Amino acid sequence: MSIMINKDTRVITQGITGATGLFHAQGAREYGTQMVGGVTPGKGGTVVDGFPVFDTVADALQATGATASVIYVPPPFAADSIMEAVDAGVELVCCITEGIPVLDMVKVKQYLVGKKTRLIGPNCPGVITPGQCKIGIMPGYIHKPGKVGVVSRSGTLTYEAVWQLTSIGLGQSTCVGIGGDPVNGTSHIDCLRLFEEDPDTEAVIMIGEIGGSAEEEAARFVKEHMTKPVAAYIAGVTAPPGKRMGHAGAIISGGKGTATEKVAVLKECGISVADTPAEMAQALLKVYKPC
Amino acid sequence: MNVHEYQAKAILRKFGVPVPDGHVCYNGASAREWAKRLGEGPWVVKAQIHAGGRGKGGGVKLARSSSEVQMIARDMLGMTLRTHQTGPEGKVVHRVLVENGCNIANELYMSLLVDRGTSRVTIMASTEGGMDIEEVAAKTPEKIFTEAVYPLVGLTPFQCRKIAFSLGLKGKLTNKAVKVLSNLYNTFVACDCSLLEINPLVVTAEGDLLALDAKFGFDDNALFRHLQIGDMRDFDEEDPNEVEASQHDLSYISLNGNIGCLVNGAGLAMATMDIIKHYGGDPANFLDVGGGATIERVTEAFKIILSDKNVKGILVNIFGGIMKCDVIATGVIEAARQVGIQVPLVVRLEGTNVELGKRLLAESGLNIVAADGMADGAQKIVAAVAAAA
Repeated sequence: MSIMINKDTRVITQGITGATGLFHAQGAREYGTQMVGGVTPGKGGTVVDGFPVFDTVADALQATGATASVIYVPPPFAADSIMEAVDAGVELVCCITEGIPVLDMVKVKQYLVGKKTRLIGPNCPGVITPGQCKIGIMPGYIHKPGKVGVVSRSGTLTYEAVWQLTSIGLGQSTCVGIGGDPVNGTSHIDCLRLFEEDPDTEAVIMIGEIGGSAEEEAARFVKEHMTKPVAAYIAGVTAPPGKRMGHAGAIISGGKGTATEKVAVLKECGISVADTPAEMAQALLKVYKPC
Repeated sequence: MNVHEYQAKAILRKFGVPVPDGHVCYNGASAREWAKRLGEGPWVVKAQIHAGGRGKGGGVKLARSSSEVQMIARDMLGMTLRTHQTGPEGKVVHRVLVENGCNIANELYMSLLVDRGTSRVTIMASTEGGMDIEEVAAKTPEKIFTEAVYPLVGLTPFQCRKIAFSLGLKGKLTNKAVKVLSNLYNTFVACDCSLLEINPLVVTAEGDLLALDAKFGFDDNALFRHLQIGDMRDFDEEDPNEVEASQHDLSYISLNGNIGCLVNGAGLAMATMDIIKHYGGDPANFLDVGGGATIERVTEAFKIILSDKNVKGILVNIFGGIMKCDVIATGVIEAARQVGIQVPLVVRLEGTNVELGKRLLAESGLNIVAADGMADGAQKIVAAVAAAA
């Protein structure tokens, strides 16, 4: 098993006729994901590289039986695309788009309340269950099916962790990039809870970064609710206060959200924290003995 | 993005938030003229730089006559102002704000921001106006009141009254506070702010509320729908390399070390800085070339890194997802041809098209040290820089 997605997940691409959307839809299809079509308003009825295109998400769901969607729509229109997917009843929406205005996401977050949709992202690499289903932009070949769950705010750092695991022969159950924005759909805790409930996940690597307090809250959740071993890495020990480190969410403001502070809380909660980003898999092995 | 105080006040005025009458001036003579037009005095002359703590550094002064306004403005313009937020190098004052003084009876604090915990716009208010709010939060957290705004309804009058009462406001001032708060919230939403801070919001002896200082942070992601705000950007207030980088869609922040970093992804870029430090080196910058970087963008990134004279070595750390390793490799080679790379260069590539990328670099004839993994890359560049020193 896995969390969120598996070999039966049928996926549509919102923004399929854009260069990015098409490129990654093709990549996911090559990986073996059931990419069943896409949405571009005004281009419904056409076919692009074998993908049927629909005008609306609702049309696409009805025709394809998809339960998941991935969004590559440009930032000014991405929030609207998320809400369209929610309205159509998509179960899992991955928004890859980077640069959505935060106040747009404040509205989206509210729009999600009471709906059945789970939103991953925005500004994230997506979700992958290795060997079964890849939704997003991560390079498929670095992954390997297995028992370690990975959750991260950063895309490329997720790849780094996955590659370290794969290199020592440890596969992954599911890897989730929750995105680097201050307001996003799914939190570290949401993923940890799913990993804890998933019988095929034995251990988890959680990757965080400076800013906010989501990592501290996740650490307390681990301490109180998780039986599975967790390792972590926090990026930004050297980041200066007041500077936004690329991600809108990664900023130390008013002395809060420093990496040092986060690492201390994580350790207190029994999490094995990697000293450097090159030692994430090693940190996991300190608390997890794969059979 | 940030703006100057006088620009912030112009925006607030437009949205009906009361601010003192004032005008921005670029020389002493015009400061004197504007003072006369503004009123009878006294006036306040305020240095316009993007940093707090100006008062303590001599950047805010009271003038009792228009000729005193001229003298103060003349002295202030061109001076280097150092505050706890500017760093030791300080900032040169190019503009001053001349405005009417007022009779302060009480100073309050008010700010709006997007709270990540609740994913909502949140009002933060305090009776401790004029103080550093971080200090208030640390020492007397009970003096800070917060109110989260339900996004589909907006800030309601009852919430405004709740804040007003918790600040100890009474009678007519309560209604005035409701109006000021509603207008602040409207400003925040209409301008896509990430932060709006009024410190202090004063109660005058005449019983009015007045925003005596104003600080805006705008959501860079939303600037596309606020062209007028984008036009207020003052490039003199920013690091020239950071400005150059932003024009090429690169996310760059200059730091004080000597090892330049070129990385894709913000998280990996931060992690790369951390691991350089871990092995005893000192990063010269944060640089995220982003996911969809082109060969031109990578070349520009190299030029920006190399324009920092402190850079004694460069570490390229790429884990390609969207970013293809061959694009990075071609960019590196192109940059080396165009600008010449005279410092040690260590390249670590992994991800999409990695074999092609490695082959391009190996066949380029450039003096590039290939690294296997992040730790190896960091150790190699730290060693190379140490050896060259």
